[in-house]
Amino acid sequence: MTFVADVWTSFAREMKPLVSGWVWLAFGLVQPLLYIGLFVPLLGGIGIDGPSPLQWFIPGMIVMLTLFGTAMVGWSLTEELLSGVLERFLATPMSRPALLIGRALKELFPLVFQAVVMIIIAIPFGLQLFPLEMLYGLVLLGLFGVGVAALSYALAVAAKDDTSMFYMVSQSVALPLMLLGGVLLPMEMAPGWLYTASRFNPLTYVVEAERALFVGEFFTPAALNGTLVVVAVLIVGLAVGSRVIKRASL
Amino acid sequence: MIHARDLVRTFKTKAGPVEAVRGLSLDVAEGELVAFLGPNGAGKSTSVRMLTTLLPPTSGSANVGGIDVIVDPAAVRRQIGYVGQGSGAGQYYKVRDELLTQGRAQRMDAATARRRAGELIEMLELKGLEERIGSTLSGGQKRRLDVALGLMHEPRILFLDEPSTGLDPHSRANLWEHILKLRKQTGMTIFLTTHYLDEADTMAERVMIMDNGRLIADDTPERLKADLAGDRIMVRLTSTAEAQQAAGMAANLPGARETEVSGHAVTVTVGEGEAILPEFIRRLHEVGAQVATASVKRPTLDDVFLGLTGRSLRETAVA
Repeated sequence: MTFVADVWTSFAREMKPLVSGWVWLAFGLVQPLLYIGLFVPLLGGIGIDGPSPLQWFIPGMIVMLTLFGTAMVGWSLTEELLSGVLERFLATPMSRPALLIGRALKELFPLVFQAVVMIIIAIPFGLQLFPLEMLYGLVLLGLFGVGVAALSYALAVAAKDDTSMFYMVSQSVALPLMLLGGVLLPMEMAPGWLYTASRFNPLTYVVEAERALFVGEFFTPAALNGTLVVVAVLIVGLAVGSRVIKRASL
Repeated sequence: MIHARDLVRTFKTKAGPVEAVRGLSLDVAEGELVAFLGPNGAGKSTSVRMLTTLLPPTSGSANVGGIDVIVDPAAVRRQIGYVGQGSGAGQYYKVRDELLTQGRAQRMDAATARRRAGELIEMLELKGLEERIGSTLSGGQKRRLDVALGLMHEPRILFLDEPSTGLDPHSRANLWEHILKLRKQTGMTIFLTTHYLDEADTMAERVMIMDNGRLIADDTPERLKADLAGDRIMVRLTSTAEAQQAAGMAANLPGARETEVSGHAVTVTVGEGEAILPEFIRRLHEVGAQVATASVKRPTLDDVFLGLTGRSLRETAVA
């Protein structure tokens, strides 16, 4: 019970400044909006099937937003790690994994908020709604984000005061994952080797699951595989994060 | 209240292992106010971090508030307040929120935490700042908030790691006023580290001097100064011959240590200079030597450090 209370304590603390962070959240939407306006129209010409290219593009985009948004959250922890805030909590009886999990859970909110705004904005452009499937898609997305966030926090704690190390590692992991995940263009168009490489990328399965869900296909192998990948990322993220913070001596 | 035996901490670095703390043993009784004094890199913070369970010792043992830090770190954390070197309050969080969060982290119930936060806001002059966020506070305000955070759960033992570093003299004095007042009210055991000589000298009842990972002295500031440095009596006479004669007599004064002649002046180090100086002048007068000026210089803890290590703490602190 104390563990749950500790998760809540950490979560509640992180939620407070989020209100002032809305500006940044909104700013984070500028880039995807530019994609919708300036890039999506191109997709019609290259044979993306489905009722609208948006049905294909929006799920990829929100997965990308989630990945980049959460891969970098360790940055905020680095700040608190350098200033002494994390140390203050480590010197209390709070459960250390709870400290990290509470923080990671908070990431659900900005990313689900961004995804919902993206969907709403895309409706007038012709996005067709499949409420239940899309809702499940958002749940998957949230859990995926929590897993990635936990990994990002673990990286921040492991890199300690070396902020450039955190930046290099997180960027050099996130960008190839994004490119290989077929977020912008269908991987079916890729040369053989690139396609093969993309099959080894967990993000590919998340993107495919979201795309299936965004055209209302729930009982499909794509949705199942994506779910399995998300659960795996979540478990690995929380396990690695808990282990790293338990051993942390800053 | 705090006991350590042979604490050792070795860090692995690229240049090979570094022994930050090499066999620290100490005992602090309930209600004591102890300062760890030493230059940067002496191992003060590493020692405090081991005592506060933030860092596992490489070897040795420690017991804080009756609990072994290695066996049950969580129980130790409930007993102690820890104010680290850095700033404990978040940049984007409101003062009162941080205090309440700290209360929750220390497993206090909501009503008690609210009452306690109110008390501390009052006590540490944080009134009117409750709704301000961390990044808008001044250095002194931030530090007072850090102390308040450490005190939320009314700990029996308070650890302060370099509490006043980076503060202007006024804020330092103000912070100390609060710490001493708190101590008077609660009888809390306080263990702090500092590299400010005057701070250790005037605030602490007991000073432990640390250098190079080892404890090299441990006593009240007065005794440290009397035993390890001593008062310096300087007497200026009217001729070199008189000075030579006076130096001979100075060496025979009770407790006289080093004697030095320079021109017309004689300097001698003794235990209690103020008591000895009149006697010295009387003896000089008896042999007909003319005393032009006389003074006693009380030693500082820096003289103690200098006597122990051959280095000045001031130089080391700057370097």
